[in-house]
Amino acid sequence: MSDAPRSPGSAPGSEPGRGRSGRRVLLGLAPLLLLGALVAVFVFADPASVLRAGFPPIEELTIERVTLPEPGLMRIHVVNGGPEAVTVAQVMVDDAYWQHEIDGERTIPRLGRATIALNYPWVEGEPHEVVLVSSTGLTFAHEVEVATQTPRPSARFFGIFALLGIYVGLVPVLIGLLWYPFLRDVSRRWLHFFLSLTIGLLVFLGADALNEALETADVVPEAFQGVGLVVLGALGSFLALRALSSARRGRRGPEAEDDATDRLGIAYLIALGIGLHNLGEGLAIGSAYALGEIALGSFLVIGFALHNTTEGLAIVAPVAADRPPIRHLLAMGAIAGLPTIAGTWIGGFSYSPIAATLFLAVGAGAILEVVYEIAAMMRRQQPAGLFAPLNATGLALGMLVMYGTALLVVA
Amino acid sequence: MMGPKTMSRRDWLKLGGVGVAGLSGTSVLALARRGGAAAALEHAGVQEAIHSPTELAQLRMGVFGDHPPADGFDPDAFLFDFDYGDVSRDEAGRTVREYEIVAVDREIEVAPGVWFPAWTYNGRVPGPTLRCTEGDLLRIRFSNAGSHPHTIHFHGTHPPAMDGVFPIVEPGERFTYEFPAKPFGVHPYHCHAIPLKRHIHKGLYGTLIVDPPGGRSPARELVMVMNGFDTNFDGENEVYAVNTAAFYYQTHPIRVGVGEPVRIYLVNLTEFDPINSLHLHAGMFRYYRTGTRPDQYELTDTIMLCQGERGIVELELENPGLHMVHAHQSEFAELGWMSFIDAVPHLAAEDGVPVHRYV
Repeated sequence: MSDAPRSPGSAPGSEPGRGRSGRRVLLGLAPLLLLGALVAVFVFADPASVLRAGFPPIEELTIERVTLPEPGLMRIHVVNGGPEAVTVAQVMVDDAYWQHEIDGERTIPRLGRATIALNYPWVEGEPHEVVLVSSTGLTFAHEVEVATQTPRPSARFFGIFALLGIYVGLVPVLIGLLWYPFLRDVSRRWLHFFLSLTIGLLVFLGADALNEALETADVVPEAFQGVGLVVLGALGSFLALRALSSARRGRRGPEAEDDATDRLGIAYLIALGIGLHNLGEGLAIGSAYALGEIALGSFLVIGFALHNTTEGLAIVAPVAADRPPIRHLLAMGAIAGLPTIAGTWIGGFSYSPIAATLFLAVGAGAILEVVYEIAAMMRRQQPAGLFAPLNATGLALGMLVMYGTALLVVA
Repeated sequence: MMGPKTMSRRDWLKLGGVGVAGLSGTSVLALARRGGAAAALEHAGVQEAIHSPTELAQLRMGVFGDHPPADGFDPDAFLFDFDYGDVSRDEAGRTVREYEIVAVDREIEVAPGVWFPAWTYNGRVPGPTLRCTEGDLLRIRFSNAGSHPHTIHFHGTHPPAMDGVFPIVEPGERFTYEFPAKPFGVHPYHCHAIPLKRHIHKGLYGTLIVDPPGGRSPARELVMVMNGFDTNFDGENEVYAVNTAAFYYQTHPIRVGVGEPVRIYLVNLTEFDPINSLHLHAGMFRYYRTGTRPDQYELTDTIMLCQGERGIVELELENPGLHMVHAHQSEFAELGWMSFIDAVPHLAAEDGVPVHRYV
């Protein structure tokens, strides 16, 4: 990708004559008009009916979430992500039909949602399986891995989730920033080693986030195209940050040496990228905690803390030589760490796989943009850049460190 | 939403009447308003005994919505619907019974709102209950109006050529099975075209009752076919029932008289699960395996039947009220094989139900 801003007027054929522009508009619209005609033919004459004959309806219901607001009460949140309306005929919990109520119609239209409430004596700490039976006898299952009362948005739980976010997001990043005095005094050669190490950390983090986004995309109802959301989110955040960075450097040309302001800008960009990533991570942790999918023991918190401490290093490395005021460091720590708290709130109280996929993908794209940013900065300062032997070693080491700390996070 | 802990009985009865009934028509009150069930619940003291949503669930189990099936199948009538065939006599003076059975594809409603693409004998599942006396000549004219090859394989003693394995009756073709009925007892019949599992679980089965010469003692006689439906075709049943309609006899208890002799012809045609069972609450019954030996029975309240196994249950209920009857596999019970027999004092014989009339 080129980060050279285009000079105005350089695009070929960008100045059509006035008389030709009308014709050009027409040429642009012609395919659209034809498409409209095709749609009209299909809607009114239905030539596709020959393809459809005799097939049973394709039904696709997704249980996005099962909440347990109080003992004896269960709520099933359903989305119809299939091509046709689906009628929920019966609800089974743990292989038993169960009386229930649906808010609204039993027939859920395409892309429609419904909430099913039932009085079921769920058992704290044990798994339960929920199955919806459609009018055609198809079944759609969802497992509550560990039943635990779903938190309500109360002050107490906002507090608990905030604490969770602080533990796994804010504190580790701030601790990581404390590498600043150490990095301040190393030579440029070794600074580049640590920058490469940072890149290693981030590449690992980015790949991990991308993988998580794709995993979550798997449970997104088909119509909402989980993988499409990942591409949109990741590429979107990458390009947005890229545009932001280009606009900032735009006036000076790509090969100009960085000054302290540039490097501070890059550090802020990294903080922003990591913040976006931590938003997705917080969301995943918050929802898993709320749904009882992970028991958040102190071991896991320690794991996340170790894992995320490295993020502080990534922020501080580019500006280490510049001795920026402490307020900048604190601000960057906040930008990187605080979104974790927002993420745990969103995930804890209103989890949806669609939002989670998008957030995780946005985080992944942001992280990878940050990688690009640091690599470009290094190349400007040292021609061999990332591929100088010492730097390559740093890169590999960074990924290894991440691999090691990630071992602690596996719940 | 309903909070079981915090609601008074009055509150939730109101809810039962307005909330749940308004949505689903399944509350006790709605239930009680209907003819048959009302009397049953009242005299059984059930309405008074219900104090909480948990107890309502206990009575009603879980199924949503109301019966009877919208496909026209009447589970109440099926209990007593014996088909004696067209009766004539041959030159030797032997009773000849002729039946018409047609295999047709048909959607049936196996639980409220759940439709199943069945293969049926005479448009319903189970197929007709054929009834005859040992030694009668049976002539069953079978025609296949379905989309796949079918047969009718009868259990019992007969020439192998009449066994319903060969010939396979292709769609549009006919075949007449002819054999003398024996031995007396209760026997299943079912399609024997391959793949067997699919042909049976899609609904091609029924009951053949062969009475001993001179008949059995007078009793209120019922047919119960234990079956299941794999609605999503994953090789496991989603719905279990007796006589196809899941939970039907739970909300429409089977009425019998207190002390009245009751005889149940019980057949297990459940696919996939090796065994099914029947358990009677608050009473014991005499169980005659296969119904072939009137002098040999077991006194019990729980029996277990393999696929294709059958027998005769005889009982007299001593106390009035609702007697639960269900599979003792709790899973089957909670997936539909759940019912009540309601013992009513002084139930008139003409109350919809004949004491066994013998033709």
